[in-house]
Amino acid sequence: MTDIEPMVAGFLAAAVRVATPLLLAAIGETISERAGVINLGLEGMMLAGALAAALGATASGPWTGVLLAVVAGMAFAALFALITVGARTDQIIAGTAVTLAAVGLTGTIYRRAYGAGGAGLSLPTLATLPVPALDRIPLIGPALFDQPAPTYLALLAVPLVWWLLFRTRLGLALRATGEAAALARAAGVRTRLVRAGAVIAGGAFAGLAGATLVLAQVGTFAEKMTAGRGYVAIAIVVLGRWHPAGVAVAALLFGAASALQFVFQAMGLEVPYQLFLMLPYALTLLALGGAVGRVRAPADLGRP
Amino acid sequence: MGAKASAAALLAGLAVLAGGLQLAGYDAVAALGALWNGAFGSWYAFTSATLVRSVPLIIIGLGIALAFRGGAFNIGAEGQFYAGAIAATWIGLQVSGLPAPVAIAALLLAAGLAGAGWVALPVVLKRRFGVLEVISTLLLNFVAESLVSLMVQGPLQESQHIYPQSDPIADAARLPLLPGTRLHAGIVLALAGAGALFVLFNYTWWGFRLRAVGAGPRAAEISGRIDAGGMTAAALLLSGTIAGVAGGVEVSGVSYALYQNLSPGYGFTAIAVALLARLDPRGVVVTGILFGALEAGAGAMQRDAGVPAVAVYVVEAVVIVVVLLVDAYRRRGPLPAGRPAERAG
Amino acid sequence: MTTPALELRGIQKRFGPVHALRGADFTLMPGELHALLGENGAGKTTLMHVAYGLTRPDGGEIRVGGAHVALPSPRAARRVGIGMVHQHFTSVSALSVAENVALAAGWPVDPKALRERVRALSERIGLPLDPGASAGSLTVGLKQRLEIVKALATETRILLLDEPTAVLAPGETDDLLRVVRSFTARGGAAVLITHKLDEALAAADRVTVLRRGEVVFAGAIAGQTAASLSAAMIGDAGAVTPTVLGAAPRAGPHDGPVLVHLSGIDILREGGAGLAVRQASLAVPAGEIVGVAAVEGNGQRELLRAVAGRLQPLAGRLEVAGPVGFIAEDRTTEGLIPDFSLTENIVLGATGQDPWIRRRRIDWRAARDYTSHLLTEFGIVSPGPDAPAAALSGGNQQKLVAARELARSPRVVVAEDPTRGLDIRAAGEIHQRLRAAATGGAAVLVHSSDLDEVLALADRVVVMSRGVLIEVPPGATRGAIGELMVTGGR
Repeated sequence: MTDIEPMVAGFLAAAVRVATPLLLAAIGETISERAGVINLGLEGMMLAGALAAALGATASGPWTGVLLAVVAGMAFAALFALITVGARTDQIIAGTAVTLAAVGLTGTIYRRAYGAGGAGLSLPTLATLPVPALDRIPLIGPALFDQPAPTYLALLAVPLVWWLLFRTRLGLALRATGEAAALARAAGVRTRLVRAGAVIAGGAFAGLAGATLVLAQVGTFAEKMTAGRGYVAIAIVVLGRWHPAGVAVAALLFGAASALQFVFQAMGLEVPYQLFLMLPYALTLLALGGAVGRVRAPADLGRP
Repeated sequence: MGAKASAAALLAGLAVLAGGLQLAGYDAVAALGALWNGAFGSWYAFTSATLVRSVPLIIIGLGIALAFRGGAFNIGAEGQFYAGAIAATWIGLQVSGLPAPVAIAALLLAAGLAGAGWVALPVVLKRRFGVLEVISTLLLNFVAESLVSLMVQGPLQESQHIYPQSDPIADAARLPLLPGTRLHAGIVLALAGAGALFVLFNYTWWGFRLRAVGAGPRAAEISGRIDAGGMTAAALLLSGTIAGVAGGVEVSGVSYALYQNLSPGYGFTAIAVALLARLDPRGVVVTGILFGALEAGAGAMQRDAGVPAVAVYVVEAVVIVVVLLVDAYRRRGPLPAGRPAERAG
Repeated sequence: MTTPALELRGIQKRFGPVHALRGADFTLMPGELHALLGENGAGKTTLMHVAYGLTRPDGGEIRVGGAHVALPSPRAARRVGIGMVHQHFTSVSALSVAENVALAAGWPVDPKALRERVRALSERIGLPLDPGASAGSLTVGLKQRLEIVKALATETRILLLDEPTAVLAPGETDDLLRVVRSFTARGGAAVLITHKLDEALAAADRVTVLRRGEVVFAGAIAGQTAASLSAAMIGDAGAVTPTVLGAAPRAGPHDGPVLVHLSGIDILREGGAGLAVRQASLAVPAGEIVGVAAVEGNGQRELLRAVAGRLQPLAGRLEVAGPVGFIAEDRTTEGLIPDFSLTENIVLGATGQDPWIRRRRIDWRAARDYTSHLLTEFGIVSPGPDAPAAALSGGNQQKLVAARELARSPRVVVAEDPTRGLDIRAAGEIHQRLRAAATGGAAVLVHSSDLDEVLALADRVVVMSRGVLIEVPPGATRGAIGELMVTGGR
């Protein structure tokens, strides 16, 4: 029993670590989609956050990087909100455009700042912050209590966002906007403001997710490094039924699926790593269609 | 919104690029100069850089236009392209004994089927479970990329097992080239496809029904003669097939082998191509060449002026946004009515 | 002399060419239940929308408690104590009862306290509700309760109810009226817009009758009868007011072959819960126009769509001779594709026998010629067959739909509100076309929310009430038909 323990503990810790940026992005997207806006620009906002984090960290340390990342995410989100909520254009196409723009911009700025060739950039990272005593709980201790700051932020965000959505007047107005914007307007809700605010909040989380990727996981920036995590986050929102707790569970499951590769490596099994790359996406697809059955999105999701 | 506004959108994109480059410290004039030269600077540049890159853009753009016209969003063309490329490579490695037309036909057929297969799952998920095709097609893009990686490091890897790429395909399976250039016969396919789609959209009953579903799903359904959900599903399937064929054409005409990053984002650029062309097949040829020029120029821009090629994505993004804004301002446009969740099926 | 709770003086309102309110006056005293009567289109809802800030009047003034007020929005109305219960439910289905009340009233969302508050409120009013239930899962009667609870959640002194009992069962109606009564007993003032004369007579203290945007009677309910109120609502009882051109009844027995035959038809309500049509039976022979008279929501839409083949009945036998020409209710989303050209919209109605489709290819020249021919024949004013349908006026759009459906000589014609929003002349032309189709041997089934129109067109009238199809005896007066529409013979 004892020699499996470190492997399981390691697996769980890796799962939580991998899940963190997904969870952050997904929580932000939950807020946005509950208000009725589907944000395909999430991927781009994460990427922008990642680059901003790299730039900020190089300039003056990891926390500057985090701050810059949040700002970058919000900036792109504001642009997206202007185009979709302000001008009432199609959210899906606009989101795709935002991600395209972000990929182009980050690639260009990155090369400008760090030169061509993409030499391995080494960044000051966020250290893990172990919680004394709790981190020694067997199996889940290291997973939940020996992680860098963003993980704690993510875990705290879950109940916080839940409380916001379901226990405040703002949350009620937001949910009403996502379900029936016309009726919400009739009841006096400023739906455009609510949607814009929700989108920008989502952007902040996306930026933070990008920062986590760079400063707490990979330790460097590479072009297109988000590799579709933004889209996976959107799928996680669907899997989690647009509820913060469900989203957290789905994100953790995802992290676990990704972390499986470490388990296999540790067990000495030779499995092509691409299968592990594919696994999360394939699982999501199966879950979306099969086990989950008909999911009910906020009724006015996607309607300008 | 006509050609004038489309041109304005393109100019806006270039202007933003120039402005952004200048701000970022690049020499915008030199960059745009390199862009032009790389695209149109010589006959060779035009045929072997611009036109070669426009072939996949035109073909995929046609497929995306078809999907949009039928009321569906196909954001998974990138993955369908790769699926087609994988199938094409596999066939291309098997057909060395066959006469060229047969080999090429087999290759393209396989590519098309693979593309259709790749979009089939999202279609089923949409029809049976109401899953937004946007999400499912997007996710499959990443699966396809990983699959390519798996193939070129595994079953399809070249015989020496050193590099992550396949063996070159048989000579018989390669599309003929225009002498003196690298322009392959795929351009003929692209143009023929545009012509065929134009006839399909405008002169056939099927094409009419498709357009009706995209432009007025309720009215189409109520007319009693049209199954809106079925048309949209068919449009998606056809769209995937076309994107798959594009992958086959790229393998058969350009790369002659499979490797990672075969596509520099054709599946996404083609969205801009289709939108800017207002979903008109004739327009897709024009915008496909324009964006092919952009991509060709981007390569030159990177080599000669040190500006990263990805910067052209900004141009594409601005183009899409301008088109969206103009349509919203006029409250109409060829984009399908209704949101994905609302659409029949 | 008590100050009126609400006074509307000289209210004018136009909606485009339609003059909805022509100087209407309305006075509501505290403690009274005031019935507002009138036919479809008389202006009752518009008048109350003015009182609730949903519509800005073109002229006239509003006074609450004697003081002049401007009501630019429902918020403003609520602030001066006016609450409204609408005909169409305004609750968000996915939210709970308590959350809907909180949203409407601006209450904090602490769940336990909120639930208690809502429960207490609903019980105090006399319409108990389960605060945790999801609004979408409520029955129609309970949904109505929720609307009332929402309206009374804030300091409401004036309650406007728009046809609240139209979809209620008799027991639920009693509950409702009891609640409104206790509201007025506590000093509140209530307005009840209703079709149901028996309700008005039984429950109201005073009554105002609107006809074509003007008040034709206002006074105490005592001394009034169903007959006198009917007379006020529709003008001379028994006389058919010619409101459309060429209204001449088409005589003669219609004994051609039966082209529409329904037997024991049940149809589910669109959107699930319950039957919209119950055990309907009807036979329409060639050459006859059957008019369906009904208040909105009584199953006529489902019935017509089933006959047109656009809806599947749940049970029963349905035999309809083809081809069927179907003029749908909503021309901009169901009848036409606004972005398509006129020619393309005509092609949308292809039957398969058209001269301009040959082996699945469309001959646009032939289609365009055909369209031009239709434009001339039906007198449709347009920039030409290639213009987008959106460029046409409402009347011409409707004529285009009619042209498309009628020009291919259908054996059965189904028309839903075919002259909605049209001026007299355009409406008259549509009527002529429908009559011509019948004379040409088609069986025609037509519904309109305007009883006049139904009576002018129809050879025979049937009434739909609560999903039940009732044949109207020949020679029935207009007033009798109107009563049948609301009472269903019950």
